[in-house]
Amino acid sequence: METLAFLIRRVGQAVMVMLIISLIGFSIQDNLGDPLRELVGQSVSEAEREALRDRMGLNDPFFVQYARFLGNAVQGDLGTSYFFKKPALEVILRKFPATFELVLAATLIIVLVSVPAGIFCAIKPKHIGARLIMGLSIVGISIPVFLTAIFSIYLFSIELGWMPSFGRGDVVELGWWNTGFLTGDGLEHLVLPAFALSSIMLPLFIRLIRGEMMEVMRTEYVRFAQAKGLHPRRVLFVHALRNTLLPVITVGGVQIGTLIAYTILTETVFQWPGMGFLFLEAVNRVDTPLIIAYIIIVGLIFVITNTIVDLIYTYVNPMVRISGVKG
Amino acid sequence: MALLEVRDLEVEFAMRGARLKALRGVSFDLDAGDRLGIVGESGAGKSMAAYAILNLISEPGRISAGSIAFDGRVLNTLPAEEMRKVRGDRIAMIFQDPMMTLNPVLTVGAQMVECLKTHRTISDGEARALSVQKLREVAIPSPDARFDSYPHELSGGLRQRVVIAIALLLDPAVIIADEPTTALDVTIQAEIMGLMLDLCETRGVSLILITHDIAVVSETTQRMLVMYAGRVVEQGETRGIIARPSHPYTRGLLQALPQRNKPGAELNQIPGSMPTLAELPPGCAFHPRCAYADDTCSGGVPALRTLGKRLVACHHAERLK
Repeated sequence: METLAFLIRRVGQAVMVMLIISLIGFSIQDNLGDPLRELVGQSVSEAEREALRDRMGLNDPFFVQYARFLGNAVQGDLGTSYFFKKPALEVILRKFPATFELVLAATLIIVLVSVPAGIFCAIKPKHIGARLIMGLSIVGISIPVFLTAIFSIYLFSIELGWMPSFGRGDVVELGWWNTGFLTGDGLEHLVLPAFALSSIMLPLFIRLIRGEMMEVMRTEYVRFAQAKGLHPRRVLFVHALRNTLLPVITVGGVQIGTLIAYTILTETVFQWPGMGFLFLEAVNRVDTPLIIAYIIIVGLIFVITNTIVDLIYTYVNPMVRISGVKG
Repeated sequence: MALLEVRDLEVEFAMRGARLKALRGVSFDLDAGDRLGIVGESGAGKSMAAYAILNLISEPGRISAGSIAFDGRVLNTLPAEEMRKVRGDRIAMIFQDPMMTLNPVLTVGAQMVECLKTHRTISDGEARALSVQKLREVAIPSPDARFDSYPHELSGGLRQRVVIAIALLLDPAVIIADEPTTALDVTIQAEIMGLMLDLCETRGVSLILITHDIAVVSETTQRMLVMYAGRVVEQGETRGIIARPSHPYTRGLLQALPQRNKPGAELNQIPGSMPTLAELPPGCAFHPRCAYADDTCSGGVPALRTLGKRLVACHHAERLK
C-alpha cells in the first residue's frame, strides 16, 4: 500500500518533469535557425518554401505545434532527423548502448574506488596515503574532463602505446543492443574513456565519503556501538558505513545525471560512438529533431535514475519509509 | 580489593603542540554492588573519566598516567582485543541522549542481538528470546513487536529503556551511566532513574552515576566524587558530604538547588563559569569563583587531603565547618 502510494506520487512527479523538459526542448526549435535551410537547397523558391512550411505545420501557432509534438512523442515519435532521414528516437537509441556502457563503467570505477578510499581517508586521516589521496583529489577535481581525456590519450596511446586512442573496438550485437563488454578489444577501448569520465566525479565522492564518515564516527551511536564491545570492523561497516552512505546516495543520484552530460566531452575526445558524440554532431548540423530527442531522452534518464536512487534511499533509510506513508 | 580501582588517572589531549590535561589525577574505588556518584558542571571531566575506564578516549586524547584495575586486571594496558571483550560484557555504559545513542538505520532487535552474538556463542532464536525478555524486564510494552521497531518509532523514554536493556543484556558487573536522564522529559526522569536503580540493585550490578544533578546523587548513591576542571575536589560518603560539604564548590552546588521549604526564593548561583582546559587559573582552579579565596589559593594547587572521613582539595576546608 505505502509502496503503491509512493510509486503513484513519483510517477506523477516524473510526468510533470518530463512535460517541462519537453516544453523547453521543443521551444529550442525556433531558436536554432530555419529548419528549411537544412532541408532544401538554395535554389528552391520562396513560394515553394512557404508551401513546405505550411505542409510541415511550421506556420501553426507555437502551442498547436507543441501539442502535435507531444501527441507524437507519446506514441514514440520524436520527429525525423534531417540528416539521417530516419526517426530521431531510432537514431539515438542505436547509440544508447555505447553511452550506457561508458557511464556504467565510469560509475563502477567511481563506486569501487571512492568507497574504500573515502573510508581509509576518514579513519586514518594522518596516514601518508590518505594525505596523498586528498592531495591528488584536489588536482583531479580542478582538471577539466576533456584535458584528462586528451592527456591520457597522449600518455597511454601515443607515448606508451598501451591503449587504443579512439572508438569502441569490437562490439557484439545482442538484438537491438550492442555491447563492448564481451570482447577483449571492446574492454580495452573502454578503459581510457571510462577513467577519463570518472576522473571528474571520483575526487568529489572520495571527499564526500570521507567527510560524512568522519562526522558519523563522532556520533553517539558509534561510541555506543564501541562501548558495547563490538568488533571494530562491525562498528565501521554496519554502524558507520550505512549512515555515511545515506547522503552519498542522494548526491550520487544527481551526479549520475551529470555524468551523462560529461559524456558529450568524453565521447567527442575519444570518438566514442555514443549519444553524446551524436548530439555534438547534431548541433553542428542544426539537426533540430535529433537535438530535441536527445534532450528528452537524457531528461528521461535523469528522471528514471533519480527515481531508482530514491527507491534505494528508501530501502536504506528506515525513517523515509515511514514518512513516505504520512507525506 | 575493590571491584574497580582507579588510581591517579590522567587524560591528556595534544592540541596544536600544547598538551591539555582533561583529567588530572582521579582516584576512586567501586565495590561490587555499590553505587558511586560523580558530580560536576559540564567540562569537569566526568564523562572523560567514564570513557577512560572503557579505554574509549579517541584521538588526539590518551590516558597519560595512572591505572584502572578491574576484577584483578589492569584495563588500561590490556591489548585492544582483550579490552573489547570487557566492554559491553563486564562493564556496560548508558549514554546521555537516547535519541542519539541508538543507530537510526538498525532495528532495536538488531542492536541487541549483535551485542549478544559478539560476546557469546548463541543461536539467532536464543538471542531474540533473550533480547525480548530483557525488553520485558525494562517494562517496554509489547516487547515482541518493539524488537522489530526502529529507534525513531519509539519515544525518548522507551529508547532509554532500550539502552538500559542493552546495558543489562550480558549481566555486566559495572554499569557506567553518563547523565542517563538529562535528555528526557522531566515527567519520566524519575521513572527511568528508578527503573535503572532497581534493576542494578536486584542484579547486584555496581553503578557509576555521572550527573550534574547533586540532588540525584544524594538520593541514590553511597559514595560520591565532586569534580572541578579535571580534578576531584571532594570525595567520600554521600550522606556526609551532602550534610556538611567541606569544599566551597560542593557547597555552591548544594546551595544552587531550589529549596523545598522556601518556594519562590531566589537560587544561589555560583558566579562565573568553569574555565576551559587551555585557560586554567594558577593555583586552585576554582579560586576566581570562590568566596573564600585569598592569596594562598592562587599561589598553589591544594592537594587532595584527608579531612575526617573524607578527602577534600581546599586550603580553607576547615573554615567551612
